[in-house]
Amino acid sequence: MLDTSYRVEIPGGIELEAQLVGPIPRFLAFSIDFVIRALFLFIFAIASIPFGKLGFAFWFIFWFLIEWFYPVLFEVFRRGQTPGKKMLGISVVHDDLTPVTFGTSLLRNLLRTADFLPFFYLFGLVTMISNRRFQRLGDLAAGTLVISIRESAKPVAIDNITPLAPATSLLRNEQTAMVDFLHRSQQLSLPRQQELAGILDGITHDKNDERVDQLQRIGAWFLGVQ
Amino acid sequence: MKQHLFEMQHQKTWVLVEQSLENPNSAQNSMLLAEHYLLLCQHLALSKQRLYDNALIERLNKLVMRLYRELYRYRTDSRLNFYGFFVREFRLAIYRHRHFIGLALLVFLLPALVAGSWVYLDENAVYSILDGPDVRGIEQMYDPAARKLGREREADTDVFMFGFYIQNNISVAFRCFAGGLLAGIGTLLVLFFNGLYIGSIAGHLTRLDFVDTFYPFVVGHGAFELTAIVFSGAAGLKLGYSILNPGQFSRLNALRLAGRDAIPMLYGIVLMLIIAAFMEAFWSSNASLAINVKYTVGAICWLLVLLYSFSGKQFESR
Repeated sequence: MLDTSYRVEIPGGIELEAQLVGPIPRFLAFSIDFVIRALFLFIFAIASIPFGKLGFAFWFIFWFLIEWFYPVLFEVFRRGQTPGKKMLGISVVHDDLTPVTFGTSLLRNLLRTADFLPFFYLFGLVTMISNRRFQRLGDLAAGTLVISIRESAKPVAIDNITPLAPATSLLRNEQTAMVDFLHRSQQLSLPRQQELAGILDGITHDKNDERVDQLQRIGAWFLGVQ
Repeated sequence: MKQHLFEMQHQKTWVLVEQSLENPNSAQNSMLLAEHYLLLCQHLALSKQRLYDNALIERLNKLVMRLYRELYRYRTDSRLNFYGFFVREFRLAIYRHRHFIGLALLVFLLPALVAGSWVYLDENAVYSILDGPDVRGIEQMYDPAARKLGREREADTDVFMFGFYIQNNISVAFRCFAGGLLAGIGTLLVLFFNGLYIGSIAGHLTRLDFVDTFYPFVVGHGAFELTAIVFSGAAGLKLGYSILNPGQFSRLNALRLAGRDAIPMLYGIVLMLIIAAFMEAFWSSNASLAINVKYTVGAICWLLVLLYSFSGKQFESR
């Protein structure tokens, strides 16, 4: 099944749910990081020219650090986010959703080499799309995941909606559906709202009623708006 | 309880926690976050159980997740502890990898010895392993005649080579390790070919009787560099072996356990290669030192590295 939810029980006695991130945002994040890295190496190379051999010595060390430790340092000290990942709203975590430590981050980033083979991350991509957590080889060995930590959309304001009791009694999950409809309606286009509301023609409202309005008012009633 | 009422009751707390998360490290805020963690867990559990709508559950889930990620951020293994690492952890990691170190050593040493003796005995053999220009470059580097011209390296050349060795050698070691993830094949290849090259270079230079320039140069840093390459090979082979023969674990869990074991090895390898790069750039290349001094120091280095490597057993808990 195509489901990107990932649940894990945390000390606190509850299940947390996170959204896993697939290959495409991760590739985009990688590309952004790649450009940033290349840019820094280029600037540093130019800056090191006046210092001759000494400059190049430092350039080599800088290259080494950027190549292997750029992702590690950001992931450890910036809560699992390199600049590219930050732009995409994704983050690296352990598979219990705790932030990565230096050891695990180092491991997953060194093993990038194996993911890169035979060319341009083919092994990594194949591994990523053949397991349900979208882990590449390095993630599998280090026990890490990439999750989305983007802020969700704000629900609609409900102050100006007059609640309305439904004509028929509804099951609990049906009641939740009503409330969800109310909260989500701002994210849906009006025709889509009408289409969805149309499914319930003759059940919660008559055909001639203002369908969307009616459903939103029922939702507000179940929410407990006074 | 209806959702709206629930939200009205707790809205203030949630906003307070959200605000504290903006600046989680201040003493006051971290206290507040710790105090509210279980309360928010309860709120989330309640809203799920009461089938409140997804927007609220998502909001609380996000909040608890941020709180959780904040509270469970540091683990002891993310703190630097050089003393504990050097005295205990690295030695134990070496001990735990002992079988793989043996195997890696074999895969590295055997081709080195075979290629070395072959090149030593057969004048043309070196060209079937190395390129002509490479061989000439190596000959020039260690030609005693060239050395006697008194062309000592400048200080900035030493620093340049230090940077180069850091970049090159540690990257080789990292790739050697990562190759282990492909069922060990990548690691075996890296070890084999490195053994082949190093062996044939040594054989060739011995045949040319460049003994007094080559061996004093490599003996010192070789103790750290060659050992570190074998160690990285061992860590890689352990990764590969865990996939091929996971034992009582699932392949995935076996791989993760091997990965966890590899972390102290990686730290140690990096440290050893930094020492090696330092020695190679500033000590080994120094032509003004007497050969005997270099051999003595080299022997001491090898002795220390070997003693250290064989001393981990005492830390294994049984």
